[in-house]
This record gives sequence, C-alpha cells and structure tokens, in this order.
Amino acid sequence: MLGLERKDTLLLIAVAFITLFAPIILNPFPAGSALAQFNAGYPDLMQRFVIFGIFAIGFNILFGLTGYLSFGHAAFLGIGSYSAVWMFKLLSMNVIPAIVLSIIMAGLFALVIGFVSLRRSGIYFSILTLAFAQMSYNLAYSVLTPITNGETGLQLTLSDPRILDGASTGGLPVTSLFGAEMRDTTTLFVGPWSWDFSVGYYFCAVLMLLAFYLSVRIFRSPFGMMLRAVKSNQQRMNYTGLNTRPYTLAAFVISGMYAGLAGGLLAAMDPLAGADRMQWTASGEVVLMTILGGAGTLIGPVLGAGFIKYFENIFSKINDGILHQWFAFMPDGLENAMVAVIHPFIGKGWHLTLGLLFMLVVIFLPGGLVEGAQRTGRLFRRRDKNADHVESDAARQRAAAE
Amino acid sequence: MGILEVKGVNKRFGGLQALGDVNLSVKENTVHAIIGPNGAGKSTLLNCLVGKLIPDSGSVMFDGQSVLGRKPHEINQMGISRVFQTPEIFADLSVLENVMIPCFARRDGAFRLHAYETVRKEAGIREQAETMLADVNMLEKRHMIASSLSRGDKRRLEMAMCLVQTPKLLLLDEPTAGMARADTNNTIDLLKEIKAKRDITMCIIEHDMHVVFSLAERITVLAQGTPLVEETPENIKGHPKVREAYLGEAQV
Amino acid sequence: MDAILIQILNGLDKGSAYALIALGLTLIFGTLGVVNFAHGALFMIGAFCAVTLQKILTLSVTTIDPERTDFLGNPMKVQTPYVENWFGPEMGATIIDWAVPLAILLAIPVMVLVGFVMERGLIKHFYKRPHADQILVTFGLAIVLQEVIKYFYGANPIPTPAPSAFKGSLDIGVWLGFDPYSIIYPYWRLVYFFFAGIIIAGVFAFLQFTTFGMVVRAGMADRETVGLLGIDIDKRFTLMFGLAAAVAGLAGVMYTPILSPNYHMGMDFLVLSFVVVVVGGMGSLPGAVLAGFLLGILQSFASMNEVKSLLPGIDQIIIYLVAIVILLTRPRGLMGRRGVMEE
Ligand SMILES: Nc1ncnc2c1ncn2[C@@H]1O[C@H](COP(=O)(O)OP(=O)(O)O)[C@@H](O)[C@H]1O
Ligand SMILES: [Mg+2]
Repeated sequence: MLGLERKDTLLLIAVAFITLFAPIILNPFPAGSALAQFNAGYPDLMQRFVIFGIFAIGFNILFGLTGYLSFGHAAFLGIGSYSAVWMFKLLSMNVIPAIVLSIIMAGLFALVIGFVSLRRSGIYFSILTLAFAQMSYNLAYSVLTPITNGETGLQLTLSDPRILDGASTGGLPVTSLFGAEMRDTTTLFVGPWSWDFSVGYYFCAVLMLLAFYLSVRIFRSPFGMMLRAVKSNQQRMNYTGLNTRPYTLAAFVISGMYAGLAGGLLAAMDPLAGADRMQWTASGEVVLMTILGGAGTLIGPVLGAGFIKYFENIFSKINDGILHQWFAFMPDGLENAMVAVIHPFIGKGWHLTLGLLFMLVVIFLPGGLVEGAQRTGRLFRRRDKNADHVESDAARQRAAAE
Repeated sequence: MGILEVKGVNKRFGGLQALGDVNLSVKENTVHAIIGPNGAGKSTLLNCLVGKLIPDSGSVMFDGQSVLGRKPHEINQMGISRVFQTPEIFADLSVLENVMIPCFARRDGAFRLHAYETVRKEAGIREQAETMLADVNMLEKRHMIASSLSRGDKRRLEMAMCLVQTPKLLLLDEPTAGMARADTNNTIDLLKEIKAKRDITMCIIEHDMHVVFSLAERITVLAQGTPLVEETPENIKGHPKVREAYLGEAQV
Repeated sequence: MDAILIQILNGLDKGSAYALIALGLTLIFGTLGVVNFAHGALFMIGAFCAVTLQKILTLSVTTIDPERTDFLGNPMKVQTPYVENWFGPEMGATIIDWAVPLAILLAIPVMVLVGFVMERGLIKHFYKRPHADQILVTFGLAIVLQEVIKYFYGANPIPTPAPSAFKGSLDIGVWLGFDPYSIIYPYWRLVYFFFAGIIIAGVFAFLQFTTFGMVVRAGMADRETVGLLGIDIDKRFTLMFGLAAAVAGLAGVMYTPILSPNYHMGMDFLVLSFVVVVVGGMGSLPGAVLAGFLLGILQSFASMNEVKSLLPGIDQIIIYLVAIVILLTRPRGLMGRRGVMEE
C-alpha cells in the first residue's frame, strides 16, 4: 500500500492509529482521579509529542542514515519559528503560508550551512554545525533584534499589518486553518473520563504522519541506500563513481526542512518565537531523542521524542507534596528519606534526570529503545524455545517409557 | 596509443621519491601486470591513476582524456574501477546492496535524488547484481552483512562491485593476497572469463607469479619508483634486471 | 596605539582561560583520543571549589554580645566566622579575604580525584567507541554535572571577590609613557594572566623534562608504537586525565573574581574552547595555547565600539567565523600536524 512493503505499511498504520486516537489512549486515567496527573492526553502536550517527533524524524534522516552528527539543528527549528511568526504578523493568521515559509527558510539556511559544514566530517562537522548554530543564536539575541525582537522574543501585536486578514478588532487574533482555529477543542465526556480533541493537535498529527511516511520512503529508496553507504564507506563511494557531497547535502537540507516544519508548527500552536529555541542545548535535545529512541530506525525518533517530552512534562510537574502522598504508606522517617532522595530528580531537576538518561542510553543501549525492545523480544522468544525443548524432551521420555 | 598513457609521473612524500619519472602505456583489451618488491611504489602509482593522489609532475591520459585534476568519482565514471589492496566495501550493508550500489552509480550517474523511488522495485538493478554475485559464487551469501564475510569473500565481493560496473579499465591491487590456492585459481578463472566475454583492459599488481603468468600479456617491473623493464611474460623470466630488483629486496 | 594595547590586554584574561581549557582538551584528545564535552564542566567545578571554600571559611558561630544592643534594645547577635575565632580577628579576616587563591589548595586534590573517577569510571570504556559516542556520553555527563551544581548552589551567579590586595587597577599607561589613566588594567587580571603563564609553562616543562612526559608525548605522536613497547599506557592515561582536569579546575578557581561562578559557565566556555582547539590544530598543545590567546584578543578587538559600528554584531560571532574559515581552508589548524584527524 502507498508504495510500501507490508511490514512498513503495518508500522505506518500502527503509528497512524496511535496518533489519531492519542487523545483517548493517552488519557487512561479518569479525570480527577489521583493518577490523572499521569495523563498526557491534553492538546498542549500532545502537540509537543508530534512536533518534536517531526524534528527527530528529520534529524534521524541525517544522523541515522549518514552518521553525520549535527549539533546545530536547533538553529533550523528557531528559523522555522521566526519565519512563521513573521508570516502571522505580515500576511495572515492562516497556518499554511506560515508553515510553507518555515520550511523554505529552514531549507535555505540548511543549504548554506550544510554546504560549508559538509566539507568536513567527523567531529569537525559537529563543531562546524555547533559554531553556526551558536552564531545564529548570538545574532538573534543581539544585532538581529529588529527581526527577532531579542530577549523578549517575537510576538504578535495589534498593529501588525496582516495584509490578507485586514485589521484585527478587539484582542490578538489566533492562528487558524482556513477559519478552523488551532486552539479549538471539543471535550468528550465518557463516564469519568474526559477526552480533548483539538484542531491544533490533529493538524500537527496529520503533518507528522506525512513526515513519517516520507521518511519511510526515503529509508527504502535508492537515495536512502546511498546515505547508508556514505556512513559505511565514503572512500568506496567515491571510487564507485558516486559523489558523496550532494548526497549528504541533500540529507542535510531535508532534515533542516523537517526542523523548519517543526519550528513553524511550534509557532502555529503558540505564535511566539525566542532565541533560546536555537541554543545548542536544544540541539542536544533532538540528538538525545533520536539516540534514545534508536538512531537509524524508523520508529525510534518518534518514540524518543514522545518519551522525553512525556517525562519532561511529568517529572517537572511532580513536587514534594505529591511525593509525600505517594510514600505516605511508609513510616515517616522512611517517607522523608525517600522524598529527599527523589527530590533532586523531579521538578526543576528534570534536566539532571535527562542527563543521566542520556549517559545510560549511550553506555548501555546504543541502539536505543528500539534495540531494547528487540533484545527483550529475543529473550522471550528464546525462553519459549527452551520451554518447547523441555516439553518435547519430556514427551520423548514419556514415549520411550511406554 | 594505449588506452592508458602515463608520462613522466613523479611523486614525492617528503624526502621519499615514491615515483620517479614513470612512463607506462597499457594497450586496450590487454592484461598488463605491474610487479616489483614491496614499497616499490605500485600502489602509489594506482593512487595517481584514480585521483587519490595528484602527481607532482607528469601526465596521465585515459581514453584520450587527462585524469589529472579530476575527482575520484569523475574518474570512475570515465570507466576506471579499482580493487584495493585492503578491501574497500560497504561493511554495514548486505552483500546484495554492496553490488547494487555500483549498478545504481552506472545507471544514474554520480548523483541522483531518487528519494521517492523504492529499492525493492528496481528489478533490473537487482537482477544485474544477482547475476554478478552468481558469477563470483556468492549468490547464496547475498543477504549476509558484508562485515561478516571472510577475507577472501570480501575480496571477491569487491571484485564483483568493480566488475558489475563494466569498466573499460580495471585496476587490481594484489587481488589474491591472502587467498587460498583454490580461491586464487577461481579468481584467475573469473578474470579470464570476464576477459573472454567482453572488452576490458586490466592492470594488475601481483606478487603471485602464477597469477601473473596466467593472465598477463605485458609485464612492467617497478623498483624504487621507477620502471625497470617492460616485457612479455616469456622474456621476463630470468631477466637480469628483475632478479636484481627482487634480490635487492631479499638482501634487506 | 594605546587603544590597541588596551584591547590586547583585555583579551589576555579571556584568552588565558581559553588557553588553559583548550590545553586540557588537547591533552585528553591527543593522548586518549577522546573528545571530551565535559571539559567545560571541569572548569566550572574548579570555580565552585572557590565558592565552596569561601562558604566554608565564612561558616560562623552566632554569639550574643551583651554590651551592644540593636535598635529594639535587645542584646545584639553577632556572627563570627570560626576562622576568626581560631586565628584571631585579623588573621581570620585575611584568610577569608584570600579565599580564592587558597582554593587552589582545595581544587588540586578535588580536581585530580574528579579526573580519576571520570576516566576510570566512564571515559575508559569509550576509548574504542566512535567519536560520536564519546561526544554524546560526555555531553550527558556535562549536563549532569551542571545540574548537580545547580542543585547545590542555585541558579544565580555567586560573587567571589579577589583578595582586597588585588582590588583596583594598575595604570599601565604611565609605565609605557602614555597619559595617566589611558591604559588601566585590573590587578587581578594581571594575576590571572601570570598564573595561566605559570600553569602552561609547568605543563610544558612536565611534558618536556620528565620521563612520564616523554612517554606521553611519544604516545601523542604514535599511540600504537608506544603501546607495543610494553609501556603501561593505561595508568599514564589516567594520570593525564587527572592533570588535564586539574588544569581546567585551576583555570576555573582563579577566574571566579573575573566572572561570578554560575552553573552554565562550563557550557559557555566549552563551546568556545572547542573552537580554540580546532583553530590551534587538533592535538597540538602549542597550537591550543596560541589560538586561545589569539582568539581572546581577537574577541576583545571585535568588541571595540569602532569595530562594532562598522560590523554590527561582529563581537558575537568573530570566534566562530574564524573557526569556520580555518576549518575550511586549513583543516589541521594553525599548528596541527599534517594528517591528524584530517579527513
Ligand atoms: N601517503 C603516503 N605518505 C607517505 N609515504 C607514503 C604514502 N603512501 C606510500 N608511501 C610510501 O611510498 C612508498 C611506496 O609505497 P607503495 O606504493 O604502497 O608500495 P607498494 O609497491 O608496496 O604498493 C613506500 O615507501 C611508502 O611508505
Ligand atoms: Mg601496495
């Protein structure tokens, strides 16, 4: 179907199913119950899942296939956001032109930055991309203030021209898709559960599915095979008559455009853009998502993005009060001790958890969650086989005895 | 005029004159062997032919065009393929993919953004690759990851990758080094078969004299970066300068 | 002329810090072949050694002084640092005043220990892994270290002043025959510059004149051969890591009066130090030092108003621009050997 193999079609269908029913799947706990804080099915968080999913899918096309580790991809995310907000300010609150411009601008910047950075490989490439991203970040904070609005960040104002929309009346206008407002949400109550279906989420989700589908196509294409060949042996590529430079550049630009799309969507959901979106720790985050999920695998980056955004959200919301509730069943001393031990890792300490997670994954699970799942799967299968052996042995003995 | 004309090529590495005034002419559709002791500059000479190194002076003409100043992939697209002394293959890819990539390179050129096509649907390419693998007796290994192949198989795979491109000139740098006798003979047969099937020029560096005498029509002896003699196999046996070159090595 | 001199002087202290961090990075990269993204964190830990010592020295007992009363008429509570109790008020105050230089004594063992633990516990397992993995795991470690510091010391910068003897500035202009006050330079920055000079000279002397250093240098030139000689390289590598950590840490300790320590200073300096290493030439120690000073000075030139009005924003990006140009035109950097990491 759709030009995909059976296996990939099934994967795509599974991903589509999960994203489309996410508002239900991610809200397994009844609203108002004690566990409701673990629900992730509210629009704001679900949007971040899919948007960072797009970012990571794109990053994976570069890093997962070619092995080029960019430490500056957040720059394209930032450029996407700025472009989108400018479109909202100048043209229209419709998200389509904004997103188109985000993708184009990020693609152009990626073309220039990639053209220069890809002249080197290995850690030199990483440092070049890092240098470019830091330059963009520093400039966005300082001289480019007329474009980026410096530290405050770029925002909508009432006096923006918005040529197509005409003058706005009353408050600030909101982003929309041909009249359907992004923030529109229908809440469905079923028994004790409540599920939010928002226009913004579904808009992002559809784009993520499209982005995912395209990445599957790229992975299975001759182009994707060439990218894996680049990772494996550039020398052989050259002596096989293949020019590696345009291949890597194309991968870089494509992944930059994915980042631009993600940045544009961030702005479409919440029309403001700040320079901190371009900082190199933000670049580190997408690296982490991709690696945590499983670089070079199709589904890994999406899993990684979801995993990190979920725990970021949950961990930063948990506070000592909640911890005390959890451990209330323990004797007081033990309860306090538990809370004290966990305290550094929650709330504002989420980054500490993130850093540790990063290290643990790189050390013990370089293939990420996908590899982890495969390993566990294999373990179980082997155990089943052993069980079969035991059974058949027993059967044979029985047969012999009779 | 040969298909490959090397004139007055010099290459220095710091104080070491790796190639000194090398002249070499390889006739079309012949097998030309280059022999010589270790460190004679044989691999360096090949490096100058495929664009890995740029000679300090001299000219290298292939098929009437200069190769100097061209990038390796351009030179390959002109019709020169090379088997390296230590196998250069796509170690992380499957054997079949390893052979499909040169097929794509020949069909689509140095670059094509075929990002929305599907490898699985490239039946023609796949067939080409599988036929080639069958020729080198590796068809049943096509789904193995190349890095898990034995040394000999890696060499055969690399040879298949070069041959499937149907190059005009095939450069082979010690293709049978480290191979067992049987594999060596297979390789000789394979190269003979290819030679019989179609027009191809080969330039082969080899220490195994059995291979050299089975295949070569002309032999150039290189010592200390300079060609000593160029002769037919019959005349090279017992040639005083050849003994000198190899004895020189033996004394070291 | 004096304007140029001012900029050179202004560039020296930043340049010194870059040089010291880059020196350690290069030592680690050259000997162990490891790309250490946590090296900035070591600089930061050094700085927080100074903060810690300052905190320890100012630990106080609260006593009630019956002879003085506050404005409610109650007897006044007085906080006296323990050191003042033990060594007498004057001596105690001097010790507190000298907290930053004294922190060197604390930082050396702490940093060496941190270095050992890091190398034995983590880095060792990454010698054979790809550079990308090394970057990633040390990046993770850098985040962890910075968050730990943030947890214990908070997010705000903590002022750690220089000893009062070094407060104020030196009028260098007068010395050189310019008008008074045309070139003034804070004493502590001079101290930092000389301190950096001593450390750098020390490291070079150590590598040049000790057998240990000779082996290390040989290892940097050709690891395999040295390994083949049967020399136990492992232990030396651990020591090397400890040394590099100590250099970064000391650079951090002494930098605290110039920049109040905060938890993200390590990351800030790391990115720039990597650029310095690349500009100097990956694996070249003199290159790292030279590039550190050059870039420090260049940066201070770029922040001159005359330059900024000509090229707005140049001060923000000059270092990166230089790095990009160098990487593209001369990938082995200013003083790197041919072929080292050249691809
Ligand atoms: N890239 C290089 N840099 C420095 N010296 C080289 C390089 N490549 C080859 N050499 C030297 O050139 C000489 C010829 O080497 P080579 O062509 O590999 O000899 P062989 O005939 O055994 O293939 C040797 O002494 C070798 O050490
Ligand atoms: Mg050779």
